[in-house]
Amino acid sequence: MTFRTEDTAPWIFTIGLFVFWEAVCRIFSVDSFILPAPSEIFSAAVRYAGPLWRNSFVTLWTTLVGFLLAVGFGLLLGLVVGWSRTIYRGLYPVMIGFNSIPKVAVVPILVVWFGVGEVPAIITAFLISFFPIVVNVATGLATIEPEMEDVLRALGASKLDVMLKIGIPRAMPYFFGSLKVAITLAFVGAVVSETLAANAGLGHLMTQAGSNFQMPLVFAGLLALAIEGIGMYAVCAWLEYRMTGWAHRSTMNA
Amino acid sequence: MIELDDVTLAYRGRTGPVLALQGTSLKVGRGEFAAVVGPSGCGKSTLMKLVTGLVKPTQGRVLVDGHEVAGPVKIAGMAFQNANMLPWRTVLENVLLPLEIVEPYRSKFRAEKKQYVARAEKLLDTVGLSGFGSRFPWEMSGGMQQRASLCRSLIHDPSLLMLDEPFAALDAFTREELWCVLRDVWERIGFTVVLVTHDLREAAFLADTIHVMSARPGRIIETRKVDLPRPRDLEICYDPRFSDLVQILRHKIAEVRQA
Ligand SMILES: Nc1ncnc2c1ncn2[C@@H]1O[C@H](COP(=O)(O)OP(=O)(O)O)[C@@H](O)[C@H]1O
Ligand SMILES: [Mg+2]
Repeated sequence: MTFRTEDTAPWIFTIGLFVFWEAVCRIFSVDSFILPAPSEIFSAAVRYAGPLWRNSFVTLWTTLVGFLLAVGFGLLLGLVVGWSRTIYRGLYPVMIGFNSIPKVAVVPILVVWFGVGEVPAIITAFLISFFPIVVNVATGLATIEPEMEDVLRALGASKLDVMLKIGIPRAMPYFFGSLKVAITLAFVGAVVSETLAANAGLGHLMTQAGSNFQMPLVFAGLLALAIEGIGMYAVCAWLEYRMTGWAHRSTMNA
Repeated sequence: MIELDDVTLAYRGRTGPVLALQGTSLKVGRGEFAAVVGPSGCGKSTLMKLVTGLVKPTQGRVLVDGHEVAGPVKIAGMAFQNANMLPWRTVLENVLLPLEIVEPYRSKFRAEKKQYVARAEKLLDTVGLSGFGSRFPWEMSGGMQQRASLCRSLIHDPSLLMLDEPFAALDAFTREELWCVLRDVWERIGFTVVLVTHDLREAAFLADTIHVMSARPGRIIETRKVDLPRPRDLEICYDPRFSDLVQILRHKIAEVRQA
């Protein structure tokens, strides 16, 4: 492996940010209630490692369950929507309308229906993240090159043949690309819901810590969120790369 | 083999019907190499779609192999200006694609795969792509992709080959190489070819008959036999008869573009 400065840049910048932050807090002796220094945040993270782990895990699994539901449902709906122009035209405005509702507004309804707990978090994660999957899959199907379709149709291929041989493989890079966006949104949805109404999860932990004026713990929660978010994003990005290597080497229309 | 009898075709455009073809009549004999030339937008691609059964004529009749065309003809192979290779399939898998669709190969595909692969490899061999089967299309040049596309259009042994400006996007040298590839395959197998092109030299070099179309709404306004002897090689492009023919065609096209 060759060593390149470029590879270490993200680490240098991250560490630099924390050093700068620490320095600012010390030099101006910022009240730790306003902005705790990284050292305080890290020590809070160590002290409360147990609760942080437990709640991170809750957030992780609610996010993932919501995300997986979104993947299944989004893939299915995307295939249906991309299949026919009529369905596409009919369903698109409905979906746009649905997607434009801020999902925070739905959480109180979910709480009435399912009570305070993990279920509203899962459903919020699901609701907020399925849309990009649907749109991407449908776009992949709807943008098949007409000439490619002609080649198959002239041979007597059915719509199903065209979908299986061209449409679905072609939609895969769009699908895997949308997962990165979807997992981020699912995470946002789960945390928002936890913040509003839950007994566990990082969102809940941070609300609790906040009302107890434990600012370093609140920030430790933020740190945990960042790490978890980056981790899930990285997994999706890796998955995208592994599953659709061909799409990175060729332009779709070449 | 192909007969268009006073065919009219109107597309439903956004601002009303678009007449693409009007009163087009055309005959292509079995085993004949026909070329269609005409100004851009005159309905050449539309003509191809009519013959392969992808669109139905608004008026008139289209006959292929003695039967009126009512749906996809299934006996035709097609290739376009864009090679349209599927990037997630290897070249070999791309060439095999028609066999996964068209009967009788489709139902035997699993059982006879070995034999089909051998056949595809032989075809790749004839167009100068031996050993390239396991490559991906994006690892190959445009000319090589177009060769593979030609193989794909021939793998199911079509009795009719429909080529819509297949060499238009290639550089001059590659194009002439591919003329010879096409000439050789056609002379060996003897299918019927309809070649749409805007390159008059290409038409004159390859075809038995050249049909000139008018501007939109398109119809065939002139049909010329190419009297150059076969087998032809690239030298013939310097023959005075060849230049005369190209010259005449050029004037004809200039005329219809004026009109
Ligand atoms: N699907 C379509 N809907 C409406 N108009 C079309 C459609 N396809 C082609 N046309 C029109 O029909 C005419 C002939 O098109 P085409 O056959 O593609 O021409 P060419 O291949 O000779 O350039 C063009 O003017 C084009 O704009
Ligand atoms: Mg065209």
